[in-house]
Amino acid sequence: MTLYVLCFALFLVGLYGILTKRDLVKIILASGIMGYAANLLIVLIGYRRDAVYPILEPGKEAAVMVDPLPQALVLTSIVIELGITALLVALALRLYQKNKTFDISKTRRLAG
Amino acid sequence: MILPYFVIIPLGAAFLIVLISGRRETVAAALSLAAAAALTVLSVYAFVVQSGETLVYSLGGWKIPIGICLVQDALSSFMLVMVSLIALTSLIFSLQYIRHLSSDWKYYALFMTLVAGMNGVIVTGDLFNLFVFMEIALFAAFALVAYGSQAHEFEAAFKYAVMGGISSSLILVAIAVVYGATSSLTMATIARTLTGKDPFLVLWVGGLFMAGFGLKAAAMPFHAWLPDAHSSAPAPISAMLSGVLIKALGIYTLIRIFYNVLGAPALFLQVFLVLGAVSIILGVLLAIGQWDIKRLLAYHSISQIGYILLGMGLNTTLGMAGAVFHLFNHAVFKSLLFYNAGALEMALGTRDLRDMGNVTKQLPVTAHSSMVASLSISGIPPFNGFFSKVLIIVAAVQAGRPLFALLAVVGSLLTLASFMKVQRYGLRGERPAGALIEPIGGGMNAAMAVLALLCLVSSLMIVPGIREWTLDPVVDVIMGKGQYILSVLGK
Repeated sequence: MTLYVLCFALFLVGLYGILTKRDLVKIILASGIMGYAANLLIVLIGYRRDAVYPILEPGKEAAVMVDPLPQALVLTSIVIELGITALLVALALRLYQKNKTFDISKTRRLAG
Repeated sequence: MILPYFVIIPLGAAFLIVLISGRRETVAAALSLAAAAALTVLSVYAFVVQSGETLVYSLGGWKIPIGICLVQDALSSFMLVMVSLIALTSLIFSLQYIRHLSSDWKYYALFMTLVAGMNGVIVTGDLFNLFVFMEIALFAAFALVAYGSQAHEFEAAFKYAVMGGISSSLILVAIAVVYGATSSLTMATIARTLTGKDPFLVLWVGGLFMAGFGLKAAAMPFHAWLPDAHSSAPAPISAMLSGVLIKALGIYTLIRIFYNVLGAPALFLQVFLVLGAVSIILGVLLAIGQWDIKRLLAYHSISQIGYILLGMGLNTTLGMAGAVFHLFNHAVFKSLLFYNAGALEMALGTRDLRDMGNVTKQLPVTAHSSMVASLSISGIPPFNGFFSKVLIIVAAVQAGRPLFALLAVVGSLLTLASFMKVQRYGLRGERPAGALIEPIGGGMNAAMAVLALLCLVSSLMIVPGIREWTLDPVVDVIMGKGQYILSVLGK
């Protein structure tokens, strides 16, 4: 239970960062933290205490195994996360070239 | 089996364009046009042939609880027809419009990826697969919003990408919770398992999905990214984003998850109603004050999404018919309005209504089709917007919610007022517009004329006789709720 609460706290840290920070790079980092929290939650859901890896070997008895599916899901979602982060960094770089600053409060042209 | 081809054709076209177009724009344009035309034919064929049946396709031959399945019922086919139609007209419009921005094959590749993502979201029957396709569509959308390479476009794309990231994380957490509770990712199996679970779980999962997909649909408290992103994108892309993307990723997924998977919990229907009413009124109030024609249209998207949410929240057959009908109509007239805005921007070099003038002589097709679309969005008979709004308003009265009906009527009147402003200043003022910067070619005119015609023709969907095989099967799928489980799992 503690793990889930900590995981949720991590998610909120990311959300807080996105909502309050004014620096493009910090926003990207915060969005990364939020993504990690979501991925961590998926892995946690597949985790079983004192379980073994989910491969049946000859001569080994079937025991409690961790759920392998969330691990597959997490790989996919990490790749998606990577793509989003790369895109955000590219956009931030182009914005820096145009505006010469990373501070969004100074560059905001689009209001309302 | 034609089901997988709805994803294969656009995705294949996107890769082929990158590989063999040899960086030539004509090949890329021809390939994407061919793909969009093929999709339109296929989806119309599928919708006509299907007649209320549900098709299930297991990817790789893995049976349902193990593998990923694609599901096509009347609702999916209806959405596919909508996406393909708007994509085809949007591509025809792009041929000249994009050349005036930059001549580039990348645009067509991204466009096809966008269509592939949306089609994937619509046909998939697996929750995590839906998430992946959603991200594919969003990636393309972020890149296309920034396509014009100006500072404000990058800013809009950045804002959109961050908001998209938040909503995707929320949806991912919701999927994790659902998987933890049901040990399944197939929507039909989840729906079956969830019926015996703690109602608190439905509340928890529903809240996460509501926030995540609500952000994608841009319902009012979650709308902040929409006016920037939709007004900064090139006009044909604004039409795709406003016309179909927010519906495929937002409204369709909300309907599918809340009606077919969670079984329409009363609390969330109430939330739909309130979000809908707030979006209708605040969206249109913010729209009236805008002078930038594309920002004005973007705010109207929020307001019109409100009507769809209102119809969805009533939980009656009539209300749902109105919502589904308005979904289609809004795609048609909002795309048309964005084409008009794009044509005006190209011909006059401005998006500010105050700098435009009377263009009825110089741009007859733009002026007249925008009149049709304005009447349609304001709900004037005999155009399609009137019938869907009337359905929603009558359904609200019948469901014993006259307050919401009143709000819908007020929203419609305010919409009329703001489009009178567009016509008065933008297209039919007393001051004649100056010389055109660039002429509007046949392709752009054709796209506008086709959609203007559709504004009139699609109102036929309400006529008894035609309604039985267009709207009714779709509404049956949605209002059947748990029927979805039986038709997918087949027991």
